[in-house]
Amino acid sequence: MTVWDDLVGQDRVIAQLRSAAVGARGVLAGEESSGGMTHAWLFTGPPGSGRATAARAFAAALQCVSPDLSLGGEPGCGHCDGCHTSLTGTHADVDVVSTELLSIGVKETRDLVRRAALSPAGGRWQVIVLEDADRLTEGAGNVLLKAIEEPAPRTVWMLCAPSVEDALPTIRSRCRHVALRTPPVAAVADMLMRRDGIDPEMASYAARATGGNIDRARRLATDEQARSRRAEVLGLPLQLGDIGSCMAAAQRLVDAAAADAKEITAELDARETEELRNALGANGPGGRLPSGTAGVVKELENRQKKRATRTQRDCLDLALVDLTAFYRDVLTVQLGAPVPLDNEQVRPSVDRVARAGTPEDTLRRIEAILACREAIDANVAPLLAVEAMALTLRAG
Amino acid sequence: MLCVMARKAADDPLAPVTLVVGPEELLVDRAVSAVTRAVRAEDPEADIRDLAPGALQPGMLTELTSPSLFGERKVIVVRAAHDLGTDLVNELKAYLGAPADEVVLVITHLGGPKGKALLDAARKAGAREVACAKVTKAGDRLALVKTEFRTAGRSVTEDAARALVEAVGNDLRELAAACSQLAADTDGVIDEEIVARYYTGRAETSSFDVADKAVEGRAAEALEQLRWALSVGVAPVLVTSALAQGVRNIARLGGAPRGARPGDLARELGMPPWKLDRVRQQMRGWTPDGIVRALQAVAEADAAVKGGGSDPAYALEKAVVTVATVRNT
Repeated sequence: MTVWDDLVGQDRVIAQLRSAAVGARGVLAGEESSGGMTHAWLFTGPPGSGRATAARAFAAALQCVSPDLSLGGEPGCGHCDGCHTSLTGTHADVDVVSTELLSIGVKETRDLVRRAALSPAGGRWQVIVLEDADRLTEGAGNVLLKAIEEPAPRTVWMLCAPSVEDALPTIRSRCRHVALRTPPVAAVADMLMRRDGIDPEMASYAARATGGNIDRARRLATDEQARSRRAEVLGLPLQLGDIGSCMAAAQRLVDAAAADAKEITAELDARETEELRNALGANGPGGRLPSGTAGVVKELENRQKKRATRTQRDCLDLALVDLTAFYRDVLTVQLGAPVPLDNEQVRPSVDRVARAGTPEDTLRRIEAILACREAIDANVAPLLAVEAMALTLRAG
Repeated sequence: MLCVMARKAADDPLAPVTLVVGPEELLVDRAVSAVTRAVRAEDPEADIRDLAPGALQPGMLTELTSPSLFGERKVIVVRAAHDLGTDLVNELKAYLGAPADEVVLVITHLGGPKGKALLDAARKAGAREVACAKVTKAGDRLALVKTEFRTAGRSVTEDAARALVEAVGNDLRELAAACSQLAADTDGVIDEEIVARYYTGRAETSSFDVADKAVEGRAAEALEQLRWALSVGVAPVLVTSALAQGVRNIARLGGAPRGARPGDLARELGMPPWKLDRVRQQMRGWTPDGIVRALQAVAEADAAVKGGGSDPAYALEKAVVTVATVRNT
């Protein structure tokens, strides 16, 4: 076992990071040349390709203290103290930052900059992994610039974003770029079987249906509800008979996303609120809070509300991605392309939609779904955006 | 002492304790000044202490209510009594049990659950109560305008009163000011023409007015309403959401089964029955194709007002015109 095991189908990237980790050892030993190691990295790749996994694995390799190293072994053994704590997120010198909110603001970023100026407690590297670099606000990005350009000697920044364009140009130019590709379906299925013990049939279904997105494939393979939700979404293209049913279908889609999001957040919210109330000294559940603490509770509520918005958008976005995959299959059938369908299990409806329209219609429909995703990202009321999309899907 | 107070408390502005309850500021101020006027009428030398919210400090009440050397009457006005702390509430309660003879105490209170203990205590002690409930109905506002003119010794026509309310808006203080201004500036019966000379336009219009006009296909009126709405500060996002709701209602009602019972339909579409009738009226002339284009235009406008475009007003106008004109295509 090594730290790279969880990185699926990214051989080129693994080779690059491995040699950088070897170079990093040289730097620690006081060698002149850095041998492929540098202080700032930008990991990009489509969702589910394992950006954060790659960054964590690299962090682990940098912190590896395996005894084999002195015998000529490669850093990143996966079972020494350094590797293990880095991967589980408890290493003192590895800071993993991600957000549940819509953006990362200036205030949080200033803390990171302060942290980046510290020397590593373990004497190796101070690693800061910023998982959602695409969610940095412009102001927050600017706060980072100086710290990324000339960090303390042993500080390493690892930023993750879906594409290079998601990072500010000024940040981009200060980082070494690591591009991950969409992992091949077979590799994802193989990983699901190997790591999560999922049976081969389910693994290959989940891997194909999610088009190489590892996180979603795992969720689909392990969660019955995710599968039934997906089936509902894939049924939508056949429900677009008249205007009324389009509107109803749009409403259902948005409601389902809201219900999913609520389920995810409600439990979390209740626990956080209760913990905060206890910390503030409210006497028992539903007891009175001491005066002057209402503001703190309010702040938590605001944060929870922002998280709920984000979660709802994410859920809706997933549904729209599934819908895109459906029309991709329709296009595949219409063009007679010799590639497997993402959604083999709904082939009858794919065929029906394919017969009813032309490839041009399908392309317009895919465009409409993408436009809807963009609109939701730009804060358009979700119901309105989805309704407009459903009506366009119907018209073709 | 209690029974003495109760007897005096009928509707005498000189009652030892007056409780002014409610959020409508104009009425509160009027009630307070009615008391001070009545006291002044009896004793022009009366000492009037109007304590702004937060001005009452612990211990002050005893000082203020203790007999003065010259024995003149005193009015003490405690504003925003719902915000008083426990100590002050206890002081006030103690005073309510034994009011001083030459003092008239006025307590103003929002009337909500906040600081309710004081309210209950004052009521129990038999204080005279003046209700100043929020005026929310258009009819009540009309009545207020008429009363204003009557008090000023003037008569006003029904149409004139309505025009004034429409032009000045819902703020009672502004309405009262407008009434007294008109009464001072003009002679004779106040009719619509006089109101129009001094006040034109509309003070308040909602995003729903815009949406209603737009889906009814009255483009010019919808644009006019939109301009009014934007200039009185209605947020552009409210207009797009009202427009979306308008078009959505038409689309959903259009897609509903023909023979459904109104009650079932209302429940299924989540609209009250009166709304259903209104939407049914508005539905005339809409085609499926029109609905598609209208909804898409609204969605575009929503993106534009939320930062996607440079001019929200233009985006809204474009959406309103599109919605109002596509219905017959």
